Amino acid sequence: MELLVALAIGILTATGVYLLLRLRTFPVVLGLSLLTYAVNVFIFASGRLMSGAQPVLGAAEAITDPLPQALVLTAIVISFGMTSLVVILALGSFLNAGTDRIDIQKPGEMPDAGR
Amino acid sequence: MSLALIAALPFLGALLPGLMIRSGRNACAMVTLSITGLALAGLLLNAPAVMAGETLTEHYAWLPALGLNVNFMLDGLGFLFALMILGIGLLIIIYARFYLSKDDPMGNFYTYLLLFQGAMVGIVLSDNILLLLVFWELTSLSSFLLIGYWKHLPEGRQGARMALAVTGMGGLAMIGGMLILGQIAGSYDISVILTQGEAIRAHDLYVPALVLILLGAFTKSAQFPFHFWLPHAMAAPTPVSAYLHSATMVKAGLFLMARLWPVLSGTPEWFWLVAGAGLITMVLGAVIALFKDDLKALLAFSTVSHLGLITMLLGMGTEYAAKAAVFHIINHATFKAALFMIAGIVDHEAGTRNIRLLGGLRKLMPVTFTIGTIGALSMAGIPFFNGFLSKEMMLEAAWDTSTLFAVVATLGAVFSVAYSFRFVVHTFMGPVRNDYPMKPHDPGFGMWAAPAFLAVLVVLIGLFPQQMVGPFVEVVAGAVTGGHPHVHLALWHGLTPALYMSAIAVAGGLVFLALQRSLAPLWDNAPRPEAKAIFDAIVEAAARAANRITDSLHDGKISRYLAVFTVVVVAYGAWAFTGGTHSAGTRELLPITLVELIFFVLLVVACIGLILVHRKRFVSLIVISIVGLVVSMSFVQFSAADLALTQLTVEVVTVILLLLALNYMPKETPIESGGLARLRDGVIALAAGGGVAALAYAILTRDMSLPSISEYHVANSYIGGGGNNVVNVILVDFRGFDTMGEIIVLGIAALVIYALVEVILNGAASRRLMNWVPDMPQAYDRHPLMMVVATRVALPIALTVGVYIFLRGHNLPGGGFIAGLVVAIALLTQYMASGFAWTQARQRFDYHEIIASGIMIAVMTGVASLVLGWNFLSSTGTYITIWPLEEIHLTSAVAFDLGVFLTVVGAVLLALASLSRIGRRAGQGVNLTAMDVDPSAETLNTEGER
Repeated sequence: MELLVALAIGILTATGVYLLLRLRTFPVVLGLSLLTYAVNVFIFASGRLMSGAQPVLGAAEAITDPLPQALVLTAIVISFGMTSLVVILALGSFLNAGTDRIDIQKPGEMPDAGR
Repeated sequence: MSLALIAALPFLGALLPGLMIRSGRNACAMVTLSITGLALAGLLLNAPAVMAGETLTEHYAWLPALGLNVNFMLDGLGFLFALMILGIGLLIIIYARFYLSKDDPMGNFYTYLLLFQGAMVGIVLSDNILLLLVFWELTSLSSFLLIGYWKHLPEGRQGARMALAVTGMGGLAMIGGMLILGQIAGSYDISVILTQGEAIRAHDLYVPALVLILLGAFTKSAQFPFHFWLPHAMAAPTPVSAYLHSATMVKAGLFLMARLWPVLSGTPEWFWLVAGAGLITMVLGAVIALFKDDLKALLAFSTVSHLGLITMLLGMGTEYAAKAAVFHIINHATFKAALFMIAGIVDHEAGTRNIRLLGGLRKLMPVTFTIGTIGALSMAGIPFFNGFLSKEMMLEAAWDTSTLFAVVATLGAVFSVAYSFRFVVHTFMGPVRNDYPMKPHDPGFGMWAAPAFLAVLVVLIGLFPQQMVGPFVEVVAGAVTGGHPHVHLALWHGLTPALYMSAIAVAGGLVFLALQRSLAPLWDNAPRPEAKAIFDAIVEAAARAANRITDSLHDGKISRYLAVFTVVVVAYGAWAFTGGTHSAGTRELLPITLVELIFFVLLVVACIGLILVHRKRFVSLIVISIVGLVVSMSFVQFSAADLALTQLTVEVVTVILLLLALNYMPKETPIESGGLARLRDGVIALAAGGGVAALAYAILTRDMSLPSISEYHVANSYIGGGGNNVVNVILVDFRGFDTMGEIIVLGIAALVIYALVEVILNGAASRRLMNWVPDMPQAYDRHPLMMVVATRVALPIALTVGVYIFLRGHNLPGGGFIAGLVVAIALLTQYMASGFAWTQARQRFDYHEIIASGIMIAVMTGVASLVLGWNFLSSTGTYITIWPLEEIHLTSAVAFDLGVFLTVVGAVLLALASLSRIGRRAGQGVNLTAMDVDPSAETLNTEGER
């Protein structure tokens, strides 16, 4: 099971990084979201995996590590804040500049070369 | 008074002038005066002890591990300088009150002045060279503010920048020198370093340390070849020039050389560097001063020259020269401050300080003339004025050193006499002219009181040197040399070589004064390096080089930065991995069940699908929400119900947000990178993913190497936090402080989004939005009947669920975060189903207020614990039962959780409502009733399904 979780984190990271390296804002935002999943699951998994337990006293036989869960819970909410901020930035820059590229064009470079 | 308090008073008082200016200029000046006066009185209380030869010390630990302590000491040397800084400061404050015009912001002036004063007092009272460095840099900064006080003058700004650059670079060098010095001595305390002189001078690093420290001292004290910044700093208001360049800023370098004199002096390196630079500076400054037509420039170069004189005396390394240096520091401060103020008065009353436009002021401004003459005669070294006595001592010291020094020092004295006489003769003597820019007359008493007081001192010290300052010079010289020198100051020493040299100087000076008018054109046309042009060229070259480096590293290609960053992190991880030895993990692994396998396959398919379809943005949104759902379900599978609930609800609001934003953005991503670039990105991505997967696997297959602090939280959750849901207790109790920070961040993020939308709605983006044409088919019924009804019915249910999740959170999965998200979604569905305007009209509270009240409630809960004498955010609680509900555990942490709840609701709704405002600007009609029909959609949507 641990292998599958580790692979899942790796796949989320790889997909996230690939999208992060795209040249337009929207895929980059999606890439950031995927990286957020990866990081959250990674931190959560650092408490080691347990099935059929709960981080609640007296609710189940075993108690899982509550600390990474508390950390990840706030991380999820904060990452919502971050994602929405980045989305507004992306939208604002698109509306202002008329393009949603993330790279700044140097003077002399054709703005839409290679399209 | 405590030494720390004397140094701190000006800093503490620096806020007051800025506030008191509202009560008028007099109140502002009075409060500044009383602060400095208080510090001066505190200093004078220590005078008896200092005069008895004691050294007062005070110690406070700051960062003892680094050797940085707030240690103060007060001996004769520190006392002399503190007295000058505070005493002349007092006079400058009075003078500035009458000098500054109504248009000058006086509050700012006095605030800067007090900051500078505090920094200077800090330097001279420090008993720790690291602390001294802190104050040293503070003087550079605060003098920058003072020199550039007249912000509207380009010369003022340039002069301030130049002073900051030169003294700042010197300060940087000095930090290096001081650190070496501290390392050699084994302590950064000056009192310890002073005992280590022998060892330091014998050390291999003595010369580097000496050079670096002298760089700091020479730049500050405007010694050759760094003398060029001082005249440019004359663009400052005259009170600033009088303060900085007579008694304080430029004397800081001298102070440092005097302070470290017992440690660093006595070697050939010290002699040639310090005495040599001093000698050159003395002559050079005097020659240039003779040919300056601006009164303040003349005084500026004269200051350079006199600083050179004192530096030379310190460089000679003999006890007699040190005594002369101390005496001249006192004398120079008195006559030079007076002369600067006189130059300011002439400028103020005659409208110019250009000597060529002046002359004959003797009859028009008799008081100014008298004071100015006394100062100038002292500066020239004429008997019965204090400058004569110390100049005699200087000439004698030069005579004792070598013939070269005697000849060159006499030459310097010749020019010194010439420019001093010129100051008087060309300004005040001669016939009265009728072309002054303004009608010159003596100023009011307030303005000439301060220079008059100093002129009285000049005469008294000149006539009765031993009675006035003899014992004081003895104490100070003792502090400089570390010995017990005997000082006897007298007017008449007999027919000594120095007297003949003085006579030559006066005679030669008169000759040069007579020749000045005819020599001036020659001097003006002589080729010489223009310091400001060189300085500007260097600064410009440095700026160009910095820009070139920045441009090549920081070229605006964010995708390249991200790629470089990822590759570096992966390579660093790989390097760390290959550098150690490894064995496989031994932790017992969980079996793979069918459900988990299905999740995994779903995730893999979704991720690969996302890569394939990411150009179609709507489809990619659907796919990424599959990933979110799988992650939520995995949290359920691995015993994290709280996380699953949070992830699920966040997923909903995130997707709504992305959909709203995407509406106004291109719906497809064009193909821009070629196959090779995509392959490269793929390799980078796979390397990163592989690395993270390996790391995760390594962690998951091992037990924790150190005992986890989680045990503590589990054990104390019920006893200490009063709850069974340990995750929630950690959030609202154990780590409540963190949570408070997090909800504040969330609130700020929402406010930033609001502000960004405000910006977007103005300017280019707004025009683009108003011309926006929908590029997707629009629905005919924007608010479908069934959806409106369903959401209205669902609202109370959803809110109840929210309350339930909130209340049970302390003992079962739930809590403020999740409840907040649930309620936010319930309200969002109203916006989606019934329209923005309809819902907004029924929205009773502003989202900003909801966020603010949430954060306030959370903070107040913590403060309440403090008031009750517990730790911040400690909780207490009790179980209550309200029929017919089940037992409710009511703790004070619930109040905190309520704050979290409100902040989350407010932040989520503010973010989405801000996006809706963009939609309204884009011309989406506002519905006043729910269930409306959009008539325009019909024409737009001719090719739609309907």
